[in-house]
Amino acid sequence: MLIPCPLCGARDLREFTPKGAAVTLHRPDVGAGLDAWNDYLHLRDNPAGPTRELWWHGSGCGAWLVVERNTLTHEVSGARLAEEEAGA
Amino acid sequence: MTVLTPQRALDGQELRHGNLQLSTVALGRVTWVAPYPGEETALSHALQSACSMSFPGPGESRESTAGRILWSGRAQALLIGPHPSAAIEKCAAVVDQTDGWAAMRLGGASAAQVLARLTPLDLRPSHFPRGRTARSLLGHVPVLLVAIENGFEIFVMRSMSETVRHEIETAMRSTAAREKIPTAHA
Repeated sequence: MLIPCPLCGARDLREFTPKGAAVTLHRPDVGAGLDAWNDYLHLRDNPAGPTRELWWHGSGCGAWLVVERNTLTHEVSGARLAEEEAGA
Repeated sequence: MTVLTPQRALDGQELRHGNLQLSTVALGRVTWVAPYPGEETALSHALQSACSMSFPGPGESRESTAGRILWSGRAQALLIGPHPSAAIEKCAAVVDQTDGWAAMRLGGASAAQVLARLTPLDLRPSHFPRGRTARSLLGHVPVLLVAIENGFEIFVMRSMSETVRHEIETAMRSTAAREKIPTAHA
């Protein structure tokens, strides 16, 4: 599996570490209430198809990426820097 | 008072197998430079006036009479040679890593075949031409690879340099041995 790092180009899977669903980029407000925080911390979808995940290019440039991947085919359809999405 | 003699990492003889040579590189001063958020342009200007080089983009390197600067990851680079000016230190995090890195140079016609046994990078000249840099793995060791004339430079954390040299030497031996085998379809 190759992941197209926006900085490094297509790179081998072994340079990356999966970091879970990309929903963790969208943290609820401090006062959002228990349900929102419970959802954010514990509840995840388990899609059979396209999914958005965080991957860390730790053995490469060190960037965090949002990777679009199909869980049925392992096809990777895109990747962008997580900092762009998080607005950091 | 006892006078301690500084010792380079990877002292020793140059290795030769077939058309391949592996030698150590004396780096001189190595400075890690990482621009503060929003200071990228200011850093590039400071580098330009101090060392006649701009800050390299992803996978790039720059060279001047003062030394060179190698992209080494997201928003960071290694400045090889010159001491950073006060203007550089103002707009970037700057750390002296001179004793943290070791470097070796692998040259020869089949240098890419040797490294292809150890790293997942695409090392064909069309994808990794001279002057390009890449962070990747060599075996299990994180390295910074730089494409140079007729070969590659391998930058590695000093503590893992002997491991990397051993890995490369093993790959050099088998690559050179395969080249001695006469081809079946002569």
